[in-house]
Amino acid sequence: MEYFLQQLVNALTLGAIYGLIAIGYTMVYGIIGMINFAHGDVFMIGGFIALIGFMICVVLGLGWAPLAILLVLLLTMAFTAVYGWAIERLAYRPLRGSFRLAPLISAIGVSIALQNYVQMAQGARSKPHVSLVQGGFNLYSANGFDVRVGWLQIVIVVVTVALMAGFTLLINRTALGRQQRACEQDMKMASLLGVNVDRTISLTFVMGAALAAVAGMMFLMYYGVIDFFVGFLAGIKAFTAAVLGGIGSLPGAMLGGLLIGLIEVFWAGYFSSEYKDVAAFGVLILVLIFRPSGLLGRPEIEKV
Amino acid sequence: MTAPLIRVQHLTMRFGGLVAIDNVSFEGAPGAITAIIGPNGAGKTTVFNCITGFYRPTVGRLALNHAGGEFLLERMPGHEIARRAKVARTFQNIRLFPGMSVLENLLVAQHNKLMLASGYSVLGILGVGGYGAAERAAIDKARGWLERIGLLEHADRRAGELPYGSQRRLEIARAMCTDPVLLCLDEPAAGLNNRESAELNELLLSIRERDKVGVLLIEHDMSVVMTISDHIVVLDYGRKIAEGAPAQVRGDPAVIRAYLGEDETTPEAAHG
Repeated sequence: MEYFLQQLVNALTLGAIYGLIAIGYTMVYGIIGMINFAHGDVFMIGGFIALIGFMICVVLGLGWAPLAILLVLLLTMAFTAVYGWAIERLAYRPLRGSFRLAPLISAIGVSIALQNYVQMAQGARSKPHVSLVQGGFNLYSANGFDVRVGWLQIVIVVVTVALMAGFTLLINRTALGRQQRACEQDMKMASLLGVNVDRTISLTFVMGAALAAVAGMMFLMYYGVIDFFVGFLAGIKAFTAAVLGGIGSLPGAMLGGLLIGLIEVFWAGYFSSEYKDVAAFGVLILVLIFRPSGLLGRPEIEKV
Repeated sequence: MTAPLIRVQHLTMRFGGLVAIDNVSFEGAPGAITAIIGPNGAGKTTVFNCITGFYRPTVGRLALNHAGGEFLLERMPGHEIARRAKVARTFQNIRLFPGMSVLENLLVAQHNKLMLASGYSVLGILGVGGYGAAERAAIDKARGWLERIGLLEHADRRAGELPYGSQRRLEIARAMCTDPVLLCLDEPAAGLNNRESAELNELLLSIRERDKVGVLLIEHDMSVVMTISDHIVVLDYGRKIAEGAPAQVRGDPAVIRAYLGEDETTPEAAHG
């Protein structure tokens, strides 16, 4: 029981990070029907920018954790959003209207380019980071086993939930979100109604990158280490989460992220941590076989 | 007579070796209903596609005039045609946003105003500025249109769930919510029964009288075309074969030949 609770706490934290990344996959897929394989690397970039941000805070002597975290959060989101915007503008928009695989190949290219760029600029060795948020409390103790909840875990879950709630509101309640959903359903028609489709797509990438940046920062703080290659695995897991929840569905991405976090952590906790990735990807295969449209996804509707 | 709202000059559209439209010129007056008729494959929809930026014409000029100036449509991207030249259109096959609510469909059409008022939603989220007021005005306008087309009680249903005739009316209302000066309707009466097409006539006449919007109408249903059109342009095989007032066009030998055919083509025009 205690062990189970502890794993649950860990799983929620990991699931939150996956969920934030998965939103970027699902939104881009929803609007232009493309899997942005560079998204995992945008997450990695976010982690590095956060690392640099924290260092700047140290240099400036900003020791008070909440302020430093908030500053770094905003900085990371802003800079990573620029990356997201630039990637779309340079690598995907020129290929719009080309054959379907073209942007996909371009995305893989961007992914490799980003990895190599960071490897050159930051070095190949992993960078350590001492988290500003230390400690935690005992949630529950029994049989000599303490269920520990780190303050950092709470920060991660709270920030994630707040971002997801704000984001859901943005999509469902504002003119911007309405225009995004309209583009998702019929881009040409939206354009005929005066919606600037190119700008809407750019904004989608910007938002996806900003959320991935938060995930990158959380990842850095949680694991205390980052290297140029972390985006690959995390990106593919988040992609799995998006497919599991139903790609194109926003609540699906959040739910999928949570489930992948749960599966991975519990598999590692009860069976074998060597095979945790196998478990996560096994789920992807099962979903693709038995429920291709995902848990919350609607079956593909034929567009006329 | 005032300057024409839209002036189509020497419009030619070739797809490879196929000439879909061949040197067609006509004008549409402001606040008037101009019908474009002709047998299937005459190039009617292609004319619309050129006007609304789907196609770049091979040759020709499409000039639109309104208080905001003159716009050469053949040079503008699609969303600019809607926003600056103020042209709206509907399609033969319905293209609503089926997963969004009826009301939202009408709000998307007004989004430019909303985006400006909300500072691209940034201020909207923060609750600053006139965003709330702009959003309320947009909703009021949308509800006004829903009342006119008799769909007010269905405002929160998904657009895809509405019956066919209602979807057609909603599509016209959505086009009108963009505040157009020119409304291009592609077979709005297709698939409607007699009662529904009579309602459509009412709606189109009210758009002409109340909103003073010029209408370009492609239609096969002659009960609609002959009743409400001010001016009719007849196309056949991509060429203009006649033009004039309804009575004039009805008696034109070239038109009768195109519809009834020298080579026994069926008069599809009668039922579309």
